[in-house]
Formats: sequence, C-alpha cells, structure tokens
Amino acid sequence: MTDQMAVLATDRDRPRGLFGDAWHELRRRPLFWVSVSMILLVVLMAAAPSLFTSGDPGLAQLSRSRQPPSAEAWFGYDNQGYDIYTRVIHGARASIVVGVLATIGVVLTGATIGILAGFYGGWLDAVVSRVADIFVGVPFVLGAIVILTTLNAGGDAGPVRIVAQVVLSIAVLSWPVAMRIMRSTAIAAKQQDYVKAARALGAQPGRIIAKHMLPNCVAPVLVYSTIALGAFIGAEATLSYLGIGLRQPVVSWGVMINSAKDYLRVAPHALLFPAGFLTATVLAFVMLGDAVREALDPKLR
Amino acid sequence: MSRAPLVPLALATVLVAAGCGAAQTQTGTNTDAGITIFNTDPENPLVPGNTTEAGGSRVIDALFTGLVEYRAEDAQPVNAMAEKIDTKDSKLFTVTIKKGWTFHDGSPVTAKSFVDAWNWTAYGPNATQGASFFSQIEGYETVHPKDPDGPDGPQEAPKPATDKLSGLKVVDEHTFTITLSEAFSVFPVTIGYEVFAPLPEAFFKDQKAFEAAPIGNGPFKFASRNVGTDIKLTRFDDYKGVDKPKFKDLTLKVYQSRESAYADLVANNLDFMEELPPNALAGQKYETDLGDRVVQRETLNMQTIAFPFYLEPYDNVDLRRAISMAINREEITQRIFEGTRKPADGWVHPLMKGYQKGQCGEYCTFNPQKAKESFAKSGYTGEIVLLSNTDGGHQEWAEAVANSIKNTLGVEARFVPSTSFGEFRQKVNAHEMTGMYRAGWIADYPSIENWLTPLYRTGSSSNDGLYSNPAFDAKLAEADKAPSEEQAIKLYLEAEKMMAPDMPVIPLWTQNTIAGKSDRLKVANLHPFRKLDLDSVEVVG
Amino acid sequence: MGRYVLRRLLQMIPVFIGTTFLIYALVWAVPGDPFEGKCGERDCPEAYVSAMRDKFNLDDPLVVQYGKYLGNLLRGDFGLTSAGLSVGERIAATFPVTLKLALVALLIEAVIGITAGVVSGLRNRGFLDSLVLVSTLFLISIPVFVTGYVVQLVFGLQLGLISPTVTSPTIGNLIVPGFVLASLSMAYVARLSRAGIAENKRADYVRTALAKGLPQKRVVGVHMLRNSLIPVITFLGTDLGAFLGGAIVTEGIFNVPGVGGLVFRSILTKDGAMVTGVVTVLVLVYLLMTLLVDLLYAVLDPRIRYD
Repeated sequence: MTDQMAVLATDRDRPRGLFGDAWHELRRRPLFWVSVSMILLVVLMAAAPSLFTSGDPGLAQLSRSRQPPSAEAWFGYDNQGYDIYTRVIHGARASIVVGVLATIGVVLTGATIGILAGFYGGWLDAVVSRVADIFVGVPFVLGAIVILTTLNAGGDAGPVRIVAQVVLSIAVLSWPVAMRIMRSTAIAAKQQDYVKAARALGAQPGRIIAKHMLPNCVAPVLVYSTIALGAFIGAEATLSYLGIGLRQPVVSWGVMINSAKDYLRVAPHALLFPAGFLTATVLAFVMLGDAVREALDPKLR
Repeated sequence: MSRAPLVPLALATVLVAAGCGAAQTQTGTNTDAGITIFNTDPENPLVPGNTTEAGGSRVIDALFTGLVEYRAEDAQPVNAMAEKIDTKDSKLFTVTIKKGWTFHDGSPVTAKSFVDAWNWTAYGPNATQGASFFSQIEGYETVHPKDPDGPDGPQEAPKPATDKLSGLKVVDEHTFTITLSEAFSVFPVTIGYEVFAPLPEAFFKDQKAFEAAPIGNGPFKFASRNVGTDIKLTRFDDYKGVDKPKFKDLTLKVYQSRESAYADLVANNLDFMEELPPNALAGQKYETDLGDRVVQRETLNMQTIAFPFYLEPYDNVDLRRAISMAINREEITQRIFEGTRKPADGWVHPLMKGYQKGQCGEYCTFNPQKAKESFAKSGYTGEIVLLSNTDGGHQEWAEAVANSIKNTLGVEARFVPSTSFGEFRQKVNAHEMTGMYRAGWIADYPSIENWLTPLYRTGSSSNDGLYSNPAFDAKLAEADKAPSEEQAIKLYLEAEKMMAPDMPVIPLWTQNTIAGKSDRLKVANLHPFRKLDLDSVEVVG
Repeated sequence: MGRYVLRRLLQMIPVFIGTTFLIYALVWAVPGDPFEGKCGERDCPEAYVSAMRDKFNLDDPLVVQYGKYLGNLLRGDFGLTSAGLSVGERIAATFPVTLKLALVALLIEAVIGITAGVVSGLRNRGFLDSLVLVSTLFLISIPVFVTGYVVQLVFGLQLGLISPTVTSPTIGNLIVPGFVLASLSMAYVARLSRAGIAENKRADYVRTALAKGLPQKRVVGVHMLRNSLIPVITFLGTDLGAFLGGAIVTEGIFNVPGVGGLVFRSILTKDGAMVTGVVTVLVLVYLLMTLLVDLLYAVLDPRIRYD
C-alpha cells in the first residue's frame, strides 16, 4: 500500500483530484495572486501591527484635529486628533477577526447541520429547514439591529464582548445560507455511486459522511465562505456605521468610518482611508472567491 | 397688516416687467404664506400634559398659550393669558385670566379650563408624563399616590380617593387660586411650561377625538396630521394674544435625521431648523452653505458630567476636582464644536437673571499642574470611566473629554458609549452607573432656582448622582422662602458658591445654538428655549 | 400543483410563529424598562410607567405576552404604540412607499444588471466583459452607505442635479435612492446572467437552433435568455424581500418616509409594538415571495414539476 502511494506520488502524469486540478488552474491566474497578496498583507497588518507602525492608536490630541495627510502623518489626523494611519493599521485586526470568526461560525454550524440534514433527510431535514427559514425570513440588517440593541443593553462592555456580539449576530442570521448550500450538495452526493457503494459495503453513517461525502461536498461551501468573509467585513462596517456594531474602545474600519462620516466635507481623508482599506479587503476576498469558484467549476473555464 | 402684500406684489410685477432680477429688494411681508419647519415625530399623544419631548412640544407650543410665556429677547416670563398673578406669601396665588379668549372650537377659555386641565394631568391613573410638575401644589400626594413597590412591581398604586387637587379653587369664571404645599417664590415663573396649558371641554368629552385633532387656545390651530410625515397648522384668526403670527400656514415636517433635514435646508426646501447637525458645523461648513441664512443665539441649556456619589472612587472630592481641572474646555469647544459652545464657569446659566461670573472659580479652569496635584492627593490610580448615550450627538465631545483627562492626568480614561438614551436614563435613575456620566439640563423655566434645586438638593427629582450637602440644602430652603426676588437671587448665588469646592457635577459648556432659515424668511429668530420664535417669523412678500 | 402550494402554506405557519416569537422576545425581553427615557432628562412619573407596562402586558410571563399579541394579530389588530398610534395604520402608510422604492430598485437592477450581464456573456473575454467584471467587483465591495453619501453629496449638494432628500415619494424622486439601493444587487444580477449566458452559449439546443438556421437574435432573445435567466429571476424574487427590510440605510440617508426609517427609529426608541408589527409584515412578505419564486421557477423551466 505505501509502496503504491510512493509510486503514485512520484508519477508526474498522475490524474489530479478536484482540488489538485483547481490548484493547477489557479496558479496560472494573475487575479488569484493579486487577491492572495492583498489578503496576506491585511492579515499581516492584523497579526502584527507593530511591523507597520510604532504609533499608539489610542493617542488623541485635539490640537492636531483634522490635519490633512503630511510627511509625519501619512494619512493625516481625524476629528479627535487620532493618527489615521496608525488607526487604519490597528483597525485591520478587529475587521479581520470579525470576518474570520463569523465565517468560521457560519460555515461550521451551517455545513454540519446541512450535511446531516441532507444525508439523513426525513424529519430532521424538515425541522432544520424550517428553523433555517425562521432566520432567513428576518432581513439581515433589521435582524442584526434588533439582536445588537438587545445585547448592547448590557451597557459597559469590554472589547471581547463587543466583538463577540457582532460575530454572534452575523453568524446567527447567516448560517442558514451555508446550511442550504451544503444540504443541496449533500442530497446530490447521496445519490452518487460511491456513496451507494460505501453503504453496500456496510460503512457506518458517520464514516460515510466524514470520509466520502465531506470531501466531495466541501467545494461550494468553500467558495461561499471566501465571498462571505468579504461580505461579513462589509456587514461589520455597516453595523458600526449605524452605531450599533463595534464601538469604542475597539478600533475597526467601520468604527472609523462611523466617526468620520459627519466630517466628510471638511476631513474627507478620515473617511476615505478606512473606506479604501475596507473596500480593498472586501474586493480581495470577493476576487479570491471568484477565482476559486471558476477553478473548481470546469464549466466556467 | 392684511393689506400689506398688495404693495410688494405690484412692485414685483414692475420689477419683472422691467427685466430686473426678481430676488433683490423685497420690502413687504407675505402674511398669507406658509412655512415648513423641522420636526421629529411626536412620541406621545398631542396633549399638553403628556408632552415633554421636543417633537411634541413644537406642536403644542404653537397650539396653546399658557398663563405666562417666556419673552424671546431675554427668556423673562410675561403674562400671556394671565391678567395678573397675585401673592402675599408665595404660598397662595390668585390668578386672574384675560377675558374674551376662546379655544379654536369657539368655546371660551375660563378659569375652569385651567383647573380641569391641571387636575387631569396630575391625576395618577391618567398616567401622564407631566404629572410631577404639579407636585408642589397642595393635595398632589392624594391625587397621585406612590406605587408601594415601584412601577415594575406586581402591586398597583392605590386608586386615589379624589381626582381634584385640593390646592386649586375656581373663584369665578376668570379667577382661580393656587395653594402650594410650601412657600415657593419662583412658582409664577414655572407655569410657562406647556404642561400648564388649559384644555377645552371637548377634551374631557372625547379624549380620542382630541388626540386626533387637538384644540388649543394658541396662535395656531390644528389642520391635519400625516403621522410620520408632517403636521399642518394654520393661523387662528380669532387669536387674542399679542403674538399674532405674521404668516398663515405652519407645516412641521418630520425628518428621520438632522443630516437629511440640513440637506433640505441648504436646498431651500425647508424653511427653518433650530439646530444644525454636526456635519454642518464641522469646519464651519454652514457658513459657506447658508451664508446670511445662519441664525444664532445663546440658548438655555448646559452640558455637564455628573458623578455617582454612590460609587467609589467618584465620592473622592480630590479626584472630582482633578478631573474637572483636567478637561480642556476651551480646546474642545473650539475643535469639536467649532465655537458653538461656551465654556461654563458655574452651575447657573449665564442667561439667567442674577447670574454671576466665575462661581466655579479655578475648579472649572483647565490647569494640568493643579489637576495632577489634586489627582495625586486623591490617591486613586485606577481607570476613569465616562458614560454617555450616543444617540444625541454626544459621542464626539465625550470621546474628546475622555482623551483630555487621559492626556492630562496620564491615567487610563475610557469613554463608554451607550446606544440608546432610554437604557442610559434607566441606569441613571436606578443609580447603577459604573462611572461618571453625561448629564445635561435644559431649563424648564427661566429661573436661577431651576439650575440648582432640582439638580443638587438632597433627594431632589433630578439629583441622580445622590449629592448631598446639608448646608447647601439649608441655604436653598432659605432662598425659596425669601420675600423678594433680589434677596432670593442673592441667597441662591451663595448656595451655588458653597457647592463649588464639592464639585458634585462638572459644568462643561453652554450652547450658542446655530440655526438656519431659508431664503424665503425675512426674519426668523431663535428662542432661548432652542426653538423657533414663531412670533418673529416674517416671510418675504 | 395545488397540493404543493397548500403544503408550502402549511409549512409557513411554524416559520411565521417562530420568527415573530424570536423578534418579540428580543424586543420585549430586553433587560430594563422600555419606558424610561421617555421623559427627557428626568424620571418618568411612576404612574406613567405602570400604565405603560400594563398596556403592553409586560408583567405577564413572556409566552403569555406573546400569546396575547398573536391572538390580537390573528384578528388583524397590530396594537398601538406607546404614543397611542395604531401600528397597523403606520405600516399601511409607510409600506407602500418602501414597496415603491423596492420596485424601482428592482427595475433598475434588472434592466441594467441583465443587460450588462448578457452583453458581457456574449462577448466572452472582450473589453466589455472585463469592464463589467471589474465594475461589478467594485460595486460589491463598496458599502451602501458610502455610495449613498457620495451620491447625495455630489449630485444633490454640489451639482444640484437632484433634490438631496426625497420630498414626496413619487417614482421620479425615488430613482436616485433606488439606484443606490440596487447598486449591490445589480452587480450580482450582472454576474449571474453573465454566467448563465456563458454556460448556455455552448449548450446543444443553442447549436441546434443555430444549425437550423434561426437568426442569431432570436436564438439569443428567446432560447438562451429564457434558460439563462432562471437563476436571475430567483435572485430578483428573494431580493425584493431583502429590499423591503434592508432599505434602512438608504431610506435614512435620503429621508424616504418608508418602513426602514420607521423600524429603525422604533428600535432606538424601544417601541416594541411597532418593531414586532413591521417585522411580522416583512416576514410574511418574504415567505410569500419565496413561494412565488418557486412557482415561477416551474413556469419558466418545464423540467421542474411540483407534485
């Protein structure tokens, strides 16, 4: 067995799997590399802001309020006299953390429930689908506002709780999408011969799901998750813009946009820089999702 | 007056015929014009005793005229419906009202109209928002008994034995007497507030119908309401007051945000807005947007930061002084408010009769050195927390104040926003604040007393921080009973001075409100109560 | 077909109850009292707070409260707000405005989105195609509130081409807000129809039709479009539901007197009766829209049969 594997691995003309194929396709696309490098840069900003700036994002001096970009402050100062460059760098963390955690939450719950519902069908499927309907029926922004106002009523909250609230509200309202995608692919996969064969051989349901179905069903959810990540970062900004998402002391691009929106006409730089980073990051994820989808779907090539 | 428009109309025709630009020297006033002003949707039914928020007040104010009104020039009370208000002991007041006034439905305004309206508002089971304004009148406890276990508890408040305040007596058709439970020298000043307006018979016959189409006795009568969009009023031609409007129709248009209203104001789609939004004030943009359409004046409100005396370390007087001296009021009013706020130097508003400069002294002056010394003396080194609701444009200055304290004292100072005013208020009321907090006061009535007693006297209705100073209380009590206004003012000022070293609440600034009007309005003045002085409005002919 | 519709309608009942209960619980089970803060900077009189708690059954257990609410709802009574206004009337007054805005947005989205998608799908990998791809990427990435502010600032205040806010909600006045509202979905529609066209271009039936000698216009206009637009129609259908509830930001910026502004203000002022009422209506609309879309699906694609 191991010998056989070794032979296969060294074989240059071996038939590639779906993902190998996709990777081969992706490597040749410039769009893929552009988006990946943009994402890496933002992730680096989030992980190690001190690489980019030595400033203190919490230092505000009113005397330099709304000064335009200059040599010592590349992006200028905002209304409170915060250094925008420093804030933008430090703001990446909250925005990325919200996006990543919300995506993980949505994909894990959605995909798990979806694959189970698709595989077992019957009453489980019926119940899960109806519960999903309940959450999908509430318009996203509206639902998020209601959830967040309720959670915010607690008052004085630390940064962890503020971030957790936003993640939770996004995840609660979005998991049905991932669940539906997973459910429909799982239903299709259940009819495939390899699943039937595994069943006939007496494999346990758990094993069938984990070993056979999951690898074949994961692609659509994967595509969804890259695009969703970008969308969730945008959702965070929208909620923060409405004043109910992230807030002080958390620094995020949405929070910066919220506090700059009233001064758009006198200090446009305070809005343009965070909005630009936000747009670019969302763009990067959407582009990546686009590239991955096209690579995974041979029909689109 | 009604013949006035003829002249400018003819003049305009000549100008147009001669090919001149139309929009130059307009001399006349169009007394039949209609104007549109900014409003928010009234939160409560349009009944004077149940309206305490701005959206409803703008309507009630135009619909009703009370016993006294506050003059636009200096906010001093002048008799409106009252012929005279007499008292010998500041406890028993005899009110004589003017004859010949009618409500919009033609029924006469009598002493009974006032007494019935006040009784209705004060009566507990009617559950009005304005009830507490009548608490000084004798018999209030009987008509408005306390709920034994608070409003959230399962027990209901006992049903009052009577629905009439024993302190109110109708003498004849145009005279009634008011007896207070204790002498209160400034009482006649307080009754200009809208909750003291009279109500017609029609209200007591069919309250639902009244709420749908209110009937008042003021300069304007109700025309129509399109909930969530606008309320239309029109001039009441039989109005007997001196403040007869110089235009015909008044539309109060509901806006969802000040920002969108401002965009309309700039485009001349809106005629008046009494307070411009932050995006207009930023960088004094409003000057280029509006030019000579800017209207401004000092108004009767003050922003403060209150301390919770029930919470450590804010019961520490040195810390309170340190924080106050660490706030750079000058810089914040200039940078954040573009000079539309004036640093406060005491707890009494400068527009008040009897106001004295510098009552707070060095404690209200930015002084990093002294602030640090006082902070060191307090022995406190932990974090300082400032709480505020953010739905009223409070975010920017609260953040700046926290930063000012942080930068001056070198201590962690954090601003904690609360998204809704309701939640914020509730925690304030329940004494559950976790730090010092934003407080603000808009005068209910223009008296020096209103800036001290309700806020700082032990156990007062709005003394939410639970400040208590027996000597200060005694001085206030003495002032309340003073025989003359001058003596009362002198005693109130002494009380204010006594409070300064305690620093129970940090005075921040008073407001120089910036309003805006459209090209169509020749004159539109701002009232000290931060509203349009309807009496002053003149529309270009 | 009839049985399918009936089954779907029955399935809606638990979903409807679930959603309204969820919102009801979130709005009313907030820690603290929704009636504080109604009296400005001072305490509300106790009698006022007790009366309000009584009016909204706040002293009952949550399930009982909800039961009472649902009972009234089934009789068509949405209740009164704390200001004594009829919730039903307010919804009746604002809903048509939002519906109008949503329809305007939908129309803009459909016309521009499908045109761009079809054109770029037909000319694969050309300049137009790249232009559509890049511009849709940007539209997807820019948050709606940024688009809204920029449009209002530039066209309304600086150029003076449009009225910065909607003075009366006529179709003409709603075009600009509609455009802003539609911008994001427009990009999705363009991409969906582009993908559909690209996929169908090589389908056998298209080759057959062309080989048969049918004119290109007819093949594209009738055969390809019909098949390519099925996913687009689904998207547009669900989008109408999303527009009705998601116009909060756009309505706020342009002061459109619709449901979005109403519900946002109601949430902030803790007007629970209004929030639950509006959400109930929106959920109903959404459920009916999904049903309608599914039925439309069957009409457009004869391969799908509901039995």
